[in-house]
Amino acid sequence: MASLEIVNIKKRFGDVEILKGIDIAVEAGEFLVLVGPSGCGKSTLLNMIAGLDTVSEGEIRIGGKTVNALHPSERDIAMVFQSYALYPNMSVEGNIAFGMRMRKVPKEERERAVQEVAKTLQIDHLLQRRPAQLSGGQRQRVAMGRALVRKPRIFLFDEPLSNLDAQLRVDMRTEIKKLHQRLGATIVYVTHDQIEAMTLATRIAVMRNGELQQLGTPAEIYSKPSNTFVAGFMGSPRMNLLPGLLRVEGNDWRLEIGIEGTPAARLPLGALPEAVRAYSGKEIIAGLRPEAVTDHGEADGATRAVVDAVVEVTEPTGPDTLAVLELGGREVTARLRPDTALKPGDHGRFAIDLAKMVWFDPATGARVV
Amino acid sequence: MTGAKTTSMAQYWDTPPAARRIRWAPFVIYGLLGFFALVYLLPLAVMLLTSVKPLTEIYSGSIISWPQQWTIDPWVRAWGSTCVGLSCNGIKGYFWNSTKMTVFAVIISTAIGMLNGYVLTKWRFKGANVLFGLILFGCFIPFQIVLIPMATLLGKMGMASSTPGLVFVHVVYGLCFTTLYFRNYYMAFPDELIKAAMIDGARFFSIFLRILVPNSLPIVVVTVIWQFTNIWNDFLFGASFSTGESAPMTVALNNVVNTSTGEREYNVHMAAAMIAALPTLLVYIVGGRYFVRGLMAGSVKG
Repeated sequence: MASLEIVNIKKRFGDVEILKGIDIAVEAGEFLVLVGPSGCGKSTLLNMIAGLDTVSEGEIRIGGKTVNALHPSERDIAMVFQSYALYPNMSVEGNIAFGMRMRKVPKEERERAVQEVAKTLQIDHLLQRRPAQLSGGQRQRVAMGRALVRKPRIFLFDEPLSNLDAQLRVDMRTEIKKLHQRLGATIVYVTHDQIEAMTLATRIAVMRNGELQQLGTPAEIYSKPSNTFVAGFMGSPRMNLLPGLLRVEGNDWRLEIGIEGTPAARLPLGALPEAVRAYSGKEIIAGLRPEAVTDHGEADGATRAVVDAVVEVTEPTGPDTLAVLELGGREVTARLRPDTALKPGDHGRFAIDLAKMVWFDPATGARVV
Repeated sequence: MTGAKTTSMAQYWDTPPAARRIRWAPFVIYGLLGFFALVYLLPLAVMLLTSVKPLTEIYSGSIISWPQQWTIDPWVRAWGSTCVGLSCNGIKGYFWNSTKMTVFAVIISTAIGMLNGYVLTKWRFKGANVLFGLILFGCFIPFQIVLIPMATLLGKMGMASSTPGLVFVHVVYGLCFTTLYFRNYYMAFPDELIKAAMIDGARFFSIFLRILVPNSLPIVVVTVIWQFTNIWNDFLFGASFSTGESAPMTVALNNVVNTSTGEREYNVHMAAAMIAALPTLLVYIVGGRYFVRGLMAGSVKG
């Protein structure tokens, strides 16, 4: 049975529709990440699950029970906020125990529960401190402690890492993932950071303008993005989207990439799926991840196409070097070996892994295959 | 030529820095500060000195002369036996009138202002901004305009000429200001804390009492100082809505000073005026350091 069901949820503020009918079912133990640019409605959706925002239309079910009309405290959820939202006038212990005090849990039981959670999160030495006396990472742990102690059916995270510095963010990310694996908890997590989404999620829901763009595992989202928006949003550096003309001569298919005024670059293609062949003689968008464009000699022979291009910029990142190539007047990001000798202005020969290529319809932006 | 130049440089460096140029700025600044401090403190000094002199000394000598003979008798008489109107029991009764009136009016107006601010910022409803605008408008209504309607209202409620009546007037008038203060302070109070408390199971009043109120000290101090000084120092409402024994301190002080019988006991008048001013002074000393801090709070955000 699904732990959380979001059924055709809509949200309106006056005439403005913020959410346009969202359907998601989350199984118990899943880690669902809602991701999208700011203003896409992901935080509104989370607030509606929590009961902090009203539902205009549709239904939210938790554990099979419709909770639309229930107070946030009765929904069997816990939430971790971006600002941590720790009560400044209470100690760490007071913060973690506040919910239990509101529910009139006996003092002994409260203390036992606080101790247990504090040990799990390694904050038992901080229990008597005030939030103001804690570092960012410690506050983050306390905020998680406050959620954990409720033992809820669903954990809701609202951009919990965005106030931390880069190093700590990566550490806490790992810790949240460990916590999820250890507890087997059901988590709905909101972020605008696609790397957080990729690393944490068992499933990702990509949203834009109040609509669900794609719902799938990180691998699906990454390798088979449902449209050009998802393709461009997920992954860093972004997927290369190359509009071009699909041509066929005999049995040789090729993509002619170019903008007016520059000679077109010809990309030889191997065998193509039926759906793509239907675009013969028409415009189509080819999607290529940077790692599918590599040094000559890297990709497998069978699905490899070779192109010549000029290097515009190189960006060494350590494990590999990113290079922006010029191909038929368009920019293509390639992921090269870290020891590449290519410099800006150099002509080079590059390999493209055609097996990793995806195709989009230029009119709708939807993926063809 | 080169030699001459070297000599002059050497002379320059031999001169101690302080003598090179006279720095006027500190003298000007401290001089001005001292002068204005004197201007402000002089009346207080005259009051204090007059209140500890025997009456004979005041009538014979200059008003600012140092006391020949120190006495606290004027203070004792002002407190316990000077004549206010027709009764001669000192100002103590009126002092307690003022204390009761001020304490109750301050507590009630602050508490309601807090609740108003909470509702106007954290439980926003349709028309909340219009309502707040109307409340704000109340801050600009001159006292004189409400005198007659208020007198009628107090009469109908059976609270005319009583301390509860004055408390009511001051609460009504103070609400606009206390609401403004708390509303602006709570605007900057993070909404996520309210959300977290809701998820933790707190409802309307438990969020207010356990989350908002404990984090409101700076603005409470500001409001209390503001309300305390205004209500304690008020004369117009006191003179309009009270009579005889129920009058507050300020009205009684006027009756002491404006007496038309016997000789004018300036020392007793000064002592009475000092007693009337002491509570506000005390409130400033105790809460003053929060005052500026609280006024600034919330001004950065929202």
